Amino acid sequence: MNRLSSFNVVSLTLGFVFLYVPMLILVIYSFNASKLVTVWAGFSTKWYGELLSNDAFLDAAWVTLRVAVISSTIATVLGTMAAYVLVRGGRFWGRTLFSGMIYAPLVMPEVITGLSLLLLFIGIGLDRGVLTIVLAHTTFSMCFVSVVVSSRLVSFDRSLEEAALDLGASPWDAFRLVTLPIIAPAVISGWLLAFTLSLDDLVIASFTSGPSATTLPMKIWSSVRLGVSPEINALSTILIGLVTVGVIAASLASKQAAVRAKRDEQAAARAA
Amino acid sequence: MAETVFAPWDDPNEKPLIRFRNVTKRFGDFIAIDDLTLDIFEREFFALLGPSGCGKTTMMRMLAGFENLTDGSIELAGQDIAGVPANKRAVNMMFQSYALFPHLSVWDNIAFGLRRESNDKAAIAARVEEMLKLTRLEKFARRKPHQISGGQRQRVALARSLAKAPKLLLLDEPLGALDAKLREATQFELMDIQEKTGTTFVIVTHDQEEAMTVASRVAVMDEGRVMQVATPERIYEAPNSVYVADFIGDVNILRGQAKPIENETYEVNWAAQQTPVVAASTRPFSDGQACHLAIRPEKVAIHRDKPEADNAVQGKVLDIAYLGNLSTYHVELPTGDIIKAQVANTRRISRRDFTWEDPVWVSWTKTAGVLLAK
Repeated sequence: MNRLSSFNVVSLTLGFVFLYVPMLILVIYSFNASKLVTVWAGFSTKWYGELLSNDAFLDAAWVTLRVAVISSTIATVLGTMAAYVLVRGGRFWGRTLFSGMIYAPLVMPEVITGLSLLLLFIGIGLDRGVLTIVLAHTTFSMCFVSVVVSSRLVSFDRSLEEAALDLGASPWDAFRLVTLPIIAPAVISGWLLAFTLSLDDLVIASFTSGPSATTLPMKIWSSVRLGVSPEINALSTILIGLVTVGVIAASLASKQAAVRAKRDEQAAARAA
Repeated sequence: MAETVFAPWDDPNEKPLIRFRNVTKRFGDFIAIDDLTLDIFEREFFALLGPSGCGKTTMMRMLAGFENLTDGSIELAGQDIAGVPANKRAVNMMFQSYALFPHLSVWDNIAFGLRRESNDKAAIAARVEEMLKLTRLEKFARRKPHQISGGQRQRVALARSLAKAPKLLLLDEPLGALDAKLREATQFELMDIQEKTGTTFVIVTHDQEEAMTVASRVAVMDEGRVMQVATPERIYEAPNSVYVADFIGDVNILRGQAKPIENETYEVNWAAQQTPVVAASTRPFSDGQACHLAIRPEKVAIHRDKPEADNAVQGKVLDIAYLGNLSTYHVELPTGDIIKAQVANTRRISRRDFTWEDPVWVSWTKTAGVLLAK
């Protein structure tokens, strides 16, 4: 095995320090007994307790979760459909225009997306609340889903669908029974991406929410403007914990799948 | 009583299963199929043979329903199938890549087509078991496609496409991915299964040996046109053009002018200072008409001394290709032409008669070659 040279050790340390020191400080201060964020006064978990009795935060968390689940699900359905048509639809009129337009919202500044949606909702007289945030999040996250799914569809062996048709499946059955199970990993990662984007979003939600609905990022942002409270630190620590668990679980699952695939291939080679 | 030979194409009363009528297919400016008319009969094992890009795959995809016709019509069992979508045709296809569904077991792959038209679980199970038995895959029924070998995958693809007992089975380069030994065994297996099931097979291949082995008739294609349709023997022994003669196997071509000398016999003037060669031909040629004499290397004999033969030409051995069972001698004639003569190596190599630079005579009979206009 190669030993790491001192240069590599230094670069590695610097990189990780840069990435994780801010988060580490946040986690440490979430266990601070003092109300002042910058002064350490001993270990305590009292902010976690206070967080759990803070209805405003819990409400906001619940709204965020609902918005994320609903919008990412709708975005996944729409984004997958769009990707399927753009990759499989052949050369229909305006195809290039459509495929270009599906990517445009990815590079559009969020402020503009948020503002234009706000104007739309006011224009059609839609009361702003959970529904409008869901619609707004669906709008921008379906583009991401469509990009993820279409990259999988491009490498998808077309003859599998033809084989299904050839064996008497209707086009819908061919999609449901053959295409969808095979592209499922991409659809799931599209959903997860949309879910994360929705959880994360502050700008678009600020434009499209009303007094009846506040998402967690909005709540945190507005509280921080009044001064950082240790409660926010506690909340953020919980979020970091959830993300860490999610990422580790996902990478373990994919590693296991890779190991299984390798074992299967070896078994097949032996059988030959 | 004489055994009846399977030759429905010679029987004018026989109705073809598939009729291509003036079929044309264009992709933009490119003409993939050019005004093609062809009949394929029931129980035939029909091979479409040609170099890549000759339109053979397009023809197959039109039969399966994946490509539309630009012009003309295709009939299957007397019905025009132009408007029938792929999933409603009594035609199944075995794909070149096999196109096995990776998320389904071998069993479920074979059952896929059956489940689309019936809910009778017992009947489906019985048919799948029958197919597994036919293709000797019983042991692998529960495996996924990536857990079996290439040869087994090929058999799963075959079982899956035969499960619905189609009128017509299309095979797109079915043995392309197998190694030579396995390929040969599988060719005979395919013929065996075709005979057992009585299904009409249409196979697309660029491998002439494969087409010759399996097919009852072969269509040699080039640039969207069928050059010749005939049994493998006729394609090999009586090609109708230099293209077909050259595409199938090895051949010597002598260019010259024909001169009728007696009934169905012609002299070919192939070089100024050389004696004309004689060739029999049922195809008529006028005096002085340009012609090509095609002679297979195994029909050319090689001698040390001038032989008593219809045609004998002197030359010297330029090259020897030793293939184990056969040797091909490349004999250079004084005109610079090269005649290949193939000899079975019935003796050990140390006893071989000729070596490089030896002056030799090559000879062939007047019926050995085929006289072709183009």
